[in-house]
Amino acid sequence: MKILVFVNHVPDTETKVKVGADGKLIDPTGVNFMLNPYDELAVEEALRTREKFTGEVVVASLGGDSNKETLRKSLAMGCDKAVLLKDASVRDSFAVAGALADYAKEYGAEIIFFGKQSIDYDGAQVGGLVAEMLGLPSVSVVVKLEIKDGNIVAEREIEGGHEIVHTKLPAVIIAQKGLNDPRYPSLKGIMDAKRKPIEEKTIAAVESRVEVVEMRKPAAKAQGKIIGTDASAAAELVRLLHEEAKVI
Amino acid sequence: MKILAFAEQRNSQFKKVAFEAVKAARTLADKLNADVVAVVIGNSVASIAGQLGGYGATKVIVAEDPRLEFYSTTAYAKIIAEIAKQESADIIFLPASSMGKDVAPRIAVKLNAGIASDCTALTVDGGTIKATRPVYAGKGMIDVNIKTSIKIFTLRPNVFTAGNSNGASASIENKKVELSDADFIVSVKEVKTASGKKDVSEADIIVSGGRGLKAPENFKMIEDLAASLGAAVGASRAVVDAGWRPHDEQVGQTGKTVSPTLYVAVAISGAVQHLAGMSSSKYIVAINKDKDAPIFSVADYGIVGDAFEVVPALTAEVTKLHGK
Repeated sequence: MKILVFVNHVPDTETKVKVGADGKLIDPTGVNFMLNPYDELAVEEALRTREKFTGEVVVASLGGDSNKETLRKSLAMGCDKAVLLKDASVRDSFAVAGALADYAKEYGAEIIFFGKQSIDYDGAQVGGLVAEMLGLPSVSVVVKLEIKDGNIVAEREIEGGHEIVHTKLPAVIIAQKGLNDPRYPSLKGIMDAKRKPIEEKTIAAVESRVEVVEMRKPAAKAQGKIIGTDASAAAELVRLLHEEAKVI
Repeated sequence: MKILAFAEQRNSQFKKVAFEAVKAARTLADKLNADVVAVVIGNSVASIAGQLGGYGATKVIVAEDPRLEFYSTTAYAKIIAEIAKQESADIIFLPASSMGKDVAPRIAVKLNAGIASDCTALTVDGGTIKATRPVYAGKGMIDVNIKTSIKIFTLRPNVFTAGNSNGASASIENKKVELSDADFIVSVKEVKTASGKKDVSEADIIVSGGRGLKAPENFKMIEDLAASLGAAVGASRAVVDAGWRPHDEQVGQTGKTVSPTLYVAVAISGAVQHLAGMSSSKYIVAINKDKDAPIFSVADYGIVGDAFEVVPALTAEVTKLHGK
């Protein structure tokens, strides 16, 4: 099977956001970047799919040279080939999805994996956009996946439960936490990854549909009240929530 | 100008986010001198459609089909896009729910529209709509401008309050959308719900527990406090990763970002990832032994004390209050 997984290179979850000089993007100084955690689930599921059906897993990422670090990690986990869709400019989700859809078509992917969202912009759009651009079925926030004879049965997370979704290959699968436990790269995997080539492709500029006007930190909260130091404070807390905050 | 609001329903009952989307559309429409048309999709939903008038819809379009008993990504996308075209809608509101986030990108491609996801505020400035949305799980906020002529906004649940119905009525129009089998290539065949379990992304009140509870069985007291408040149970990443609680309860950067009216954090120190996911809650209560725990920096009310003593006392007080 021709399996494609798209990964993003994002500031790690420890990052304390500082707004950059342009007032629109974060200041990347001192920020560590990592493989987007939801995309790590997508890589793992891609590898499991290959282990079940044979074939190859291509991992692709759109961005600058720094994305190679995330591609290397994906190779170390076991992906066969890596592709960098090289463009360091700022793109909205449409401009990203357009480039990814073009590559998926060129490659002829039979199944495409995404993470449910990148933990930077949290847009949760790109997987669905690519699917619609390619005219493919998609299932999002997937926590369980079964593929048999070209048929897919997936469980997706909804508020307070799960939906059992039926569809068919070729398809786009968008991973949510709970789908699997991603493997750690083995030492051999890490060594092999260093030797695997990363193919670089230049991609066309596309106009963004959504522009960021301003980025800022959320308003800081006023210092709260410490009501007490033991169980005797419970009554006062309940009174404040009931009478002052009026939330219970 | 026209705003289309998608009113999400399950089992022929509107979700709270349906009223929120219609009401938010009404609020924006009043600033833009626009009309609000609501869309309801399902099997047997015509009887509930009229409720949306009370939240500001002047017209409700109902698309019914027996095959729409459950959600279908592809069929819903087709129906909403077709109705948007028929109505020449300029703006489309959907909830940033599991369903809304799934269908919005497909509609956007069909209509050549841009999307602003998970918006927490919408303002109009000289005729331009500015959407505010959290990024980095709430560690930052951005204002965005959608440049396409059709604009799609998904709205974060619990932020745009619907209030109560004003009892107004709306005209109801049935829309027959021709649907082939191919439109149901992605279809839900079954819905599994955890009975009685409230989801953190929908709850008005959340009680979350962290590693300070020492063992999974100690979540019983979190569940008891949650039950007394009618709240959902949440969890920190540490306890989810440890296998004490299911993934769907995780609040934080790699879990759910929530904005309830009241968030009670018990024995959660407040790692930056957790704070990002819950600091937009309207009121925050922190209960923690460590007075220097970062959670107190975002709390409105705090008790620096032992959760094992404070939480049962709190449950008793809440029960007493509600018993009156």
